[in-house]
Amino acid sequence: MWTVLSYACWGISIVLALWMLYDWFKVDTTFSEEVLTSSREGELEAVSEKHRI
Amino acid sequence: MTVTLEPAIHGDRVSLLRVLGPAHVWALGVGIVLVGEFTGWNFAADKGGALAALIVCWVVGLLYTSVAMIDSEVTSTVAAAGGQYAQAKHIVGPLMAFNVALFLVFAYTMLEVSDAILLGDTIVAKAGVEGLTHNSFIAATIVVLAWLNYRGVLMTLNVNFVITAIAYISIVILFFSVSPWTQGAVLKLNELVTPGNALPYGWIGVIAAFQFGIWYYLGIEGTTQAAEEVRSPARSLPYGTMAGMITLLIAAAMTWYVCASMMPWEYLGITYYPLWDAGKLTGSPLLENLLFVATLLAALASANGCINDAARAWFSLGRDRYLPTWFSAVHPKYRTPYRSILFLLPIALAFAFIADLNQAITFSILSGVLQYTFMSINIIMFRKKWPLGSIRRGYTHPFHPIPAIVLFCLCVVTFFAIFLGFGSQLIAMVAFYFLISLWFHFYRYKFVRRGDQFTMPWPKPQGY
Repeated sequence: MWTVLSYACWGISIVLALWMLYDWFKVDTTFSEEVLTSSREGELEAVSEKHRI
Repeated sequence: MTVTLEPAIHGDRVSLLRVLGPAHVWALGVGIVLVGEFTGWNFAADKGGALAALIVCWVVGLLYTSVAMIDSEVTSTVAAAGGQYAQAKHIVGPLMAFNVALFLVFAYTMLEVSDAILLGDTIVAKAGVEGLTHNSFIAATIVVLAWLNYRGVLMTLNVNFVITAIAYISIVILFFSVSPWTQGAVLKLNELVTPGNALPYGWIGVIAAFQFGIWYYLGIEGTTQAAEEVRSPARSLPYGTMAGMITLLIAAAMTWYVCASMMPWEYLGITYYPLWDAGKLTGSPLLENLLFVATLLAALASANGCINDAARAWFSLGRDRYLPTWFSAVHPKYRTPYRSILFLLPIALAFAFIADLNQAITFSILSGVLQYTFMSINIIMFRKKWPLGSIRRGYTHPFHPIPAIVLFCLCVVTFFAIFLGFGSQLIAMVAFYFLISLWFHFYRYKFVRRGDQFTMPWPKPQGY
């Protein structure tokens, strides 16, 4: 049973790793780099909280 | 062909999602740490005996209570992914921030590696099948959890909440199953810990035990990495962090009491599975299997939280151009730092396959203690530059500057303890951070947009 589980672990790892690589490729070729790297630190904080004391 | 997103709430930017609550913060912090009760803390008994393991449980608990209080105050004000990195950037400066981010990435990646190795070794030990190695279980742990993190933070931390809660409840069940109010039936503390063997190496053994006492609580400060993804950081982060610390103090005390009452310190100090062994010693197959499963779940929860935290620290470095901006990409559908998660995945796998558990743990602890030392200095500077009343704080920690002084002193003791056990690794690690700092100062910093990196809408600091 443990040996079968070991092979199953290899199988799951390979399938999920390939899926992530596929999704990575798909996202990177669908969206522009400007959009993907557009996150800014503190942006939501500045919008949602006016920082008054 | 490239396309742009439809205008979203905050313009056309893709940012991390604010979907987490205090329970997720608790799950992140306690999830990372709880594995330390299942293995790690007990090596303190090898260094100084069972009583030394209890003394460091409380003294290191003081260290981490200081960490939790200080962290709660600063992060409830600097609510950004990267946690202590963002704090260092705003309060100390870019070079400190760069180093802190590396401390974070190293501490969490090496802890993730240790968790995966532990999980693989535990399954192999349980199976007892000749020729079965831990590699497949290590690969599955790291890849499956990376996939979970890739797909979204809410599900990642929901899973962490459930598996951490099960692992925690297993400790409580074990504690009440051995009749903790009665000595002599199952527990034999008065026979196993006597005045003659309580501190076999004297007080120097207690100092040496600090190195592994860190394991009772290592990683609770990881809660701050969720700062940009919690709905109300000023409330959720202090609440989740302090609740996590209280939870861990209780778990640490129960774990020591049960294990020290069932195993002689000579064995307790060398076993990799103190709680699983305690489950076996009760003679109950149910408890034995429960503690086996709980050990696996604790390792999984810890690795899961570590992937979450290391990726956010790496992502933050990219976003500020301390590293190439390529790393700062956010997945437009899952809203996770997917490139950082994928970049760190093969690194964790490589270390897990080539490093041994002791080396990985030591590098994780070293990076963690360097970070705590920074925190003690950071809070002093924070209060000096922005005194109470000058900016809004979600939480204000009491008795300042006593927690900062206590934290700094205990970090110095811990460095000495690490030097006693792993002096060469300590020197190698400090040399690495020194060289990488030179690289950052003389080469990388010229790519940083200096005005853009300071994002908090604060008044000018006092004295500037």
